[in-house]
Amino acid sequence: MLAIAALILGAPHDARAFCGFYVGKADEPLVNHASQVVIAHHDDKTVISLMNDYQGEPSDFALVVPVPVVLQKGQVHIGDRELFQKIDAYSSPRLVEYYDPDPCRIMDYEMPMAAAGGMALNREAAPSPAEAKALGVTVEAEYTVGEYDIVILSAKESSGLQTWLQQSGYKIPLGADRALEPYIRSDMKFFVAKVNLTEHNRTGLTYLRPLQFAFESPKFMLPIRLGMINSQGPQDLVVYMLTQNGRVETTNYRTVKLPTGMDIPEYVRTDFGGFYKAMFDEQVKRNDMRAVFTEYVWNMGWCDPCAGPPLSRDELRSLGVFWLDDQPGGATPMYRRPGGGPMIYPQPMTGATPVTLTRLHVRYSADTFPEDLIFQETQDQENFQARYVMHRPWDGSPSACEGAKNYFDDLNKRKAHEAETLADLTGWNLQDVIKKAGLSPESQPKPWWQDIWGS
Amino acid sequence: MDAFSSTPKHWTASLADPRLFQIFALGILLAAGAYFRDFSIRPEQVILTFAAGLLTQTACWTLTPSKPRTLRSAIITCLSLTLLLRANNLIAHPIAAAAAISSKSLFRFRGKHLFNPATFGLIFAIVLLPGTWVSPGQWGQDVAIAAWVVMFGMLVTSRARRGDISWTFLAFYLGALALRIEYLGQRWAVWTHQLESGALLLFAFFMISDPMTGPNDRRGRVAHAALVAAIAYAWQFRLYRTNALIWALFIAAACVPLWDAIWPARKFEWTQNGGANVFSANQSSHFVNARDRGADSRRAA
Repeated sequence: MLAIAALILGAPHDARAFCGFYVGKADEPLVNHASQVVIAHHDDKTVISLMNDYQGEPSDFALVVPVPVVLQKGQVHIGDRELFQKIDAYSSPRLVEYYDPDPCRIMDYEMPMAAAGGMALNREAAPSPAEAKALGVTVEAEYTVGEYDIVILSAKESSGLQTWLQQSGYKIPLGADRALEPYIRSDMKFFVAKVNLTEHNRTGLTYLRPLQFAFESPKFMLPIRLGMINSQGPQDLVVYMLTQNGRVETTNYRTVKLPTGMDIPEYVRTDFGGFYKAMFDEQVKRNDMRAVFTEYVWNMGWCDPCAGPPLSRDELRSLGVFWLDDQPGGATPMYRRPGGGPMIYPQPMTGATPVTLTRLHVRYSADTFPEDLIFQETQDQENFQARYVMHRPWDGSPSACEGAKNYFDDLNKRKAHEAETLADLTGWNLQDVIKKAGLSPESQPKPWWQDIWGS
Repeated sequence: MDAFSSTPKHWTASLADPRLFQIFALGILLAAGAYFRDFSIRPEQVILTFAAGLLTQTACWTLTPSKPRTLRSAIITCLSLTLLLRANNLIAHPIAAAAAISSKSLFRFRGKHLFNPATFGLIFAIVLLPGTWVSPGQWGQDVAIAAWVVMFGMLVTSRARRGDISWTFLAFYLGALALRIEYLGQRWAVWTHQLESGALLLFAFFMISDPMTGPNDRRGRVAHAALVAAIAYAWQFRLYRTNALIWALFIAAACVPLWDAIWPARKFEWTQNGGANVFSANQSSHFVNARDRGADSRRAA
């Protein structure tokens, strides 16, 4: 999903994910996938974690994010990249596999597969420092955290800020001042990070670790507009919301749950990521790219079936969930169904963990998302997962028993229906689906007129 | 106008009541929302809302036996609640509906009820009832645009005189949004995007325009509209809180008696109830102003 080329100018793509944009010094193309952000929010307190899969030279990395308040050193932290992978795995759209019971007996199990749903993250950027200037730009704070040199700026006018960034070596895209202006007028500050090469080398890591920052502000929003400057097309953003009470939705855009629970043909198993991507594309199209999609809403204490294990208390705390009490950490031990069935974490008897995860996936363009995303936490605690079902047929023979014949009759109808469902969800050509599903051409529904005159 | 009003066709008189058009418009919105959009309102919730709201209304009649009896206002309240209130349980809607309708009897000042019932029901629910919320983003661009067209068309053709508060409010509020966009240097697409809220539309045409709870005099209505717009703006863009419009109307209701004291005028009465005036369908009905009130009262008598 990604967009790639874009970074050419430095900023845009990345911006997506983050609430800001990456700026690069070099013109080298940087690879982006979908951006990922984790936001833990409760009582006007927010912890944002920005995941970064920047692939370029560390010396070329830089990131600009509007923030509501000046962040002091203690409010900025280096996160753990693995937690993004875990939370992604836990909340990914999933394909569940069921085996048809022997129609001559009774039995049933299901196997969930984690779905690498085709979404990825995004990151990149390039770097540069700054010299203090009298451009109406104030350096509110300056410090080094982990491998990042960080500057918190406030500005009086956007052109001054743009000049400051340019003189400091940041490659600012054209039109940046126009995009910066509303944030300056709203009295927001700018979090600007670049890589401290000495510190980076000391970590011995080949990648840049996620940045996290904590602040208190009634603004529950994600500034995406900055990332749209000179963007060359739609961008993907996945937001993981961790809240105490319920599902999170956007208040200024429609929040839509993805189609879920559908039966789809078996062959999808070989390319579930491709299926999910096509389905998401189709849903985006049907909603004119004007909706935010809900992929997952679940209490963090359990899952069923699980695409990945729930995060432990320590892991949640590390992602900014500050309201968990100090009980010992660790999720309930994983439980497997007898017979090698699907992985589930049962709902704890002690009650739900006070953390709800809402996974929102949005594809946006400058035209269809004129405003930043504004969120609200609802009281809705109903669980939701993007889940697709695949039935494995029984491999017996129609002559095995009386019930077997009926079973195979029904099976053919079911397969035809699954093919139609798949074509409808993804916008794929039904003929192609039928072919790939290994169904005979007769499986497709006859045109209504075919039987009129008998042919 | 008396010549018109003397026409005793019962059915035309009924059609004269603008509340019927409101019920029609809200019903269409609800159906469209449920069909084209996932409004996440369950059929049981709709049924329970109406059951509780209408039962409460009939119960309240025993408290004020002399008033004309019609369920039209209660139906509008129930429709507004089902359009705006969301809940993850079945008890929130009926309780909110009962609270909304009974607020008309419980919170009164000089013969007028203080709160628009749907507004009261929403605030009551989101503050006191667990598992409730309002989804301002649920409408989507196309539905909201279509609804604006219908609403404006309705308002213009009905020439409702108390519709002035809708226009005044929209002028103040949308004007404030426009000034903010100009100040921030945002694109105008933001402004049009902000109009896409169906909640704003419901609010402007069905809640703040409620003639029973708005100020009686035109000047009072202007002051009221300005105050509501100011509170809503501050609530949303200074405090960064949600449900700004609903809270603003709820809070500003406390000032309506003040506006009525400063600019006294005759209280509004619905004129449906059987006969009344065909004329009001074309001319004012619904939002008959103070000077017409005398004539309406005579007709009602």
